[in-house]
Amino acid sequence: MMLAENVVELTIASQLEFIDLVTTLTDNITSMIGFDEESAYWINMAVRESVANAVEHGNKYDPQKSVDIRFTIGVDALRVTVRDHGEGFDPATLPDPLDPHNLLNPAGRGILYIRTFMDSVEYERHPEGGMIVTMSKRRAPKQPQDLSEGEHHHDAVGN
Amino acid sequence: MQLEIKERTVGDVVILEMFGKIIIGEGSVQLRDAVSRLRDAGRNRIILNLGGVSYVDSSGIGELVSSYTTTKNTGGRLKLLNLPKKIKDLLMITKLLTVFEIYEDEQAALDSFQ
Repeated sequence: MMLAENVVELTIASQLEFIDLVTTLTDNITSMIGFDEESAYWINMAVRESVANAVEHGNKYDPQKSVDIRFTIGVDALRVTVRDHGEGFDPATLPDPLDPHNLLNPAGRGILYIRTFMDSVEYERHPEGGMIVTMSKRRAPKQPQDLSEGEHHHDAVGN
Repeated sequence: MQLEIKERTVGDVVILEMFGKIIIGEGSVQLRDAVSRLRDAGRNRIILNLGGVSYVDSSGIGELVSSYTTTKNTGGRLKLLNLPKKIKDLLMITKLLTVFEIYEDEQAALDSFQ
């Protein structure tokens, strides 16, 4: 059986002002496909952090470079990719924000939050330049009651 | 405007009541500027009331940390009041809950400066 996927794409300039546009779309999508409020909040934050990283650290606010966001709405999961057009980096070389020596650093927590809130997160260099982060969040399985026409409604299961 | 900050003074303690978002860009900068202005004026006993804050990202958490350390480095103290659950979650994930002094009652926060 073929499983359908819906794709929504958005490209923004490297300006912080556009992040809200992306997170508004994120909220619309997570609401549309039935994520509960708690999960939707943290998915919003993971997307916000990824796009902010792409604007700030990836493209370094270069107005000529875009950030490309793709939402793939699968049957089992929502997958989000965020691509920048910068120099790229190796996430393994970033300081561990949980190391006691780094606890009071003013920056460096974004990727930890993304990894915490999403089920899977992968960073890779795009063959044509820039970094691409792919993150996904499983959708809650439908409960048998959801399939009936009864008045029972169940919230999606959170983290 | 991402963040609205109302300032009150009780004795020699300044309470900054915050409403809105502390996120990358304007919100984080507003918090930094507010704490910096107080520090420059020699007022370094500060309570941040975060009860009206609806959203904080990693940049906002970083700004809270910076505000804490810069205040401490000048011999002052910065404490947090009325943390919404999600901000508490973010601090817990990054092992910062034990770094900050956190209060749920304003009077208790004020008394802690004595």
